[in-house]
Amino acid sequence: MTRQPGDFWDYLRSATPARIALGRAGDGLPTQRLLEFELAHAQARDAVWADLDSAAVLAELDAWCPVLVRSAAPDRASFLQRPDLGRRLAQDSARALSAGSCDATIVIADGLSAGATQVQAAPLCKMLLAAPNFVFAPPVVALQARVALGDEIAARQGASLAVVLIGERPGLSACDSMGAYITFDPNPGMTRDADRNCVSNIRGQGLSLNEASRRILAIMGLARTIRRSGTCLKEDDALDLLPPMS
Amino acid sequence: MPYRSDAGGTHYVFDDLRMLLARASPGRAGDRLAGLAAESGQERVAARMALADLPLARFLDEAVVPYERDEVTRLILDTHDKQAFAPIAAMTTGDFRDFLLSDEASGITLARLAPGITPEMAAAVSKLMRNQDLIAVAKKISVVTRFRTTIGLPGCLCVRIQPNHPADDLAGIGAAILDGLMYGCGDACIGINPASDSAKRTLLLLERIDELRSRFEIPVQSCVLAHVTTLLQIMNRGGPADLVFQSIAGSEAANRAFGVSLALLDEAHQGVKSLGRAPAGANLMYFETGQGAALSAQAHHGADQQTMEARAYAVARRYAPLLVNTVVGFIGPEYLYDGKEIIRAGLEDHFCGKLMGLPMGVDVCYTNHAEADQDDMDNLLTLLCVAGCNYIMGVPGADDIMLGYQSTSYHDALYVRSVLGLRPAPEFEAWLKAFGIMDAHSRVRPSPSGGAARLLAAAPR
Repeated sequence: MTRQPGDFWDYLRSATPARIALGRAGDGLPTQRLLEFELAHAQARDAVWADLDSAAVLAELDAWCPVLVRSAAPDRASFLQRPDLGRRLAQDSARALSAGSCDATIVIADGLSAGATQVQAAPLCKMLLAAPNFVFAPPVVALQARVALGDEIAARQGASLAVVLIGERPGLSACDSMGAYITFDPNPGMTRDADRNCVSNIRGQGLSLNEASRRILAIMGLARTIRRSGTCLKEDDALDLLPPMS
Repeated sequence: MPYRSDAGGTHYVFDDLRMLLARASPGRAGDRLAGLAAESGQERVAARMALADLPLARFLDEAVVPYERDEVTRLILDTHDKQAFAPIAAMTTGDFRDFLLSDEASGITLARLAPGITPEMAAAVSKLMRNQDLIAVAKKISVVTRFRTTIGLPGCLCVRIQPNHPADDLAGIGAAILDGLMYGCGDACIGINPASDSAKRTLLLLERIDELRSRFEIPVQSCVLAHVTTLLQIMNRGGPADLVFQSIAGSEAANRAFGVSLALLDEAHQGVKSLGRAPAGANLMYFETGQGAALSAQAHHGADQQTMEARAYAVARRYAPLLVNTVVGFIGPEYLYDGKEIIRAGLEDHFCGKLMGLPMGVDVCYTNHAEADQDDMDNLLTLLCVAGCNYIMGVPGADDIMLGYQSTSYHDALYVRSVLGLRPAPEFEAWLKAFGIMDAHSRVRPSPSGGAARLLAAAPR
């Protein structure tokens, strides 16, 4: 493409990641700016509609005997329009889960960005599973899943802590961001969003896997001690309880 | 009481007014999610036929949300203006549509009628209207409001500068404001959605914008769209709050989910009036709404999302606001699935608001998980501006980096003003010309010398 478009105040662009001083073609956007936007939107849209390659994730976690489940949303279009279906297990999936002696479970969920989960969830899951102070249920890979699906999964596995690693809604600036939702004593249909703690923006340019793992385990530890999670549990308090980093 | 209708050899029964309205509504995800939508196209039209035969006066006798349980219903019915309603009191909903489209229904006639029109009447008639009807009737109605600019004059389109930043960074917000001014935007307001709900940060933002405005004598009003309780704190400290903002919805329970009540809004309205920052008679409140808000708070009382949205306008109307806009595609695909549903909802909201006497703007927008794109937004923007929409949002490059959705851009504002021959608010246009941002042909083509250069020098280089 030809010259870099811009306005004579384009030095202001260093002050903000916002799309300012884009320049003009008449009253419209210069071609280059138009295509930059279209690329970002296309990446975000592709991320929303991408399928999780569950076989690859299951293979990576093979040593921990992972379980594959589906929500009651049969496809992506239903998932997007019926969040209630994405929060419930499909009937045959419900039967695939059994209760064992454990105190936590990790759910790997596609959510709104399967790509974010694809790349990061299994490595992060392995880091969490290595924590010596928790007994984990077999990890669960969940398709067409919302955060609250973890409540039913944890209840069926007999875990008092649910950790859901899920693809976040893609934005134009980042479409590969994963979030981790930690819920103590999850109760299907009853647990509210305010009862969960969230570690968000887990991605290459954001929160690293090491740091995410540290924060998630800190929150899990404090949640187990105070037997609660959500707005009453402050992440800073949880981190203060950790031994200092070497 | 049940309503009945026959269509295509099938007899349909609708248990109550709520169900009749829901089944008559054009299809949309939120009503399907709530289990309220018509099950077939034929049922939908059957409901519309029953609705068309329904006397408008019925809406005064049968509340969609129970009077005893809901202060918004009490507001609607207790403040209903019987005298204004008189000319249409004998009409059915179908007659009302015909009347609204008729030559007899001039802008002046419709303005007089507004206090007699309840949200349910507006919602009901909109369900009998095609998109072109929603545009044609809204176009006849001007709702003009004033503060430092005059908003809503025929032939004008105002723009809110929305200079959000994920960390509320002053330099970043300032750069986006300057960019917006250079693109001829800001005459609706400069309105920042704060990333945090900190009163300290809100006050700092308001003070900085006020400095910029005073220094360059820019005819604009500013607003930080924090919660009304945060603005009350700011006002108690005498901070420079031009406007009070709040998100509102169509039931008492939905407003409770937003942390507000009519009493709290009354208090805030009194507070901002007593600051005395505006000329006498100025409009001082700013409200945002959006279809699906009540359902997402589980506070829709079994009513369809468009009727609940119109009920939010009754709350807004109480405060003679400067600005009201629906944030039409923000809520996501579980309420409005695709471009078609978003476009329809945007036109309905603009029409219902205007019919009820509100200065309607629209945040023409979508999220990345909705089946919509910039082409859909171009369509809705153009349709709304043909319909005489008071204002739109101006977000740099259409990409809100704090809220993570796409709205209309400064460029979009220039496009639509140009193709439809619309102008900024007159006070603001005079300022744009004085600062060399608008040229002699009323095109926004800022000159690198003169006023624009002085303005830009306000930012750290």
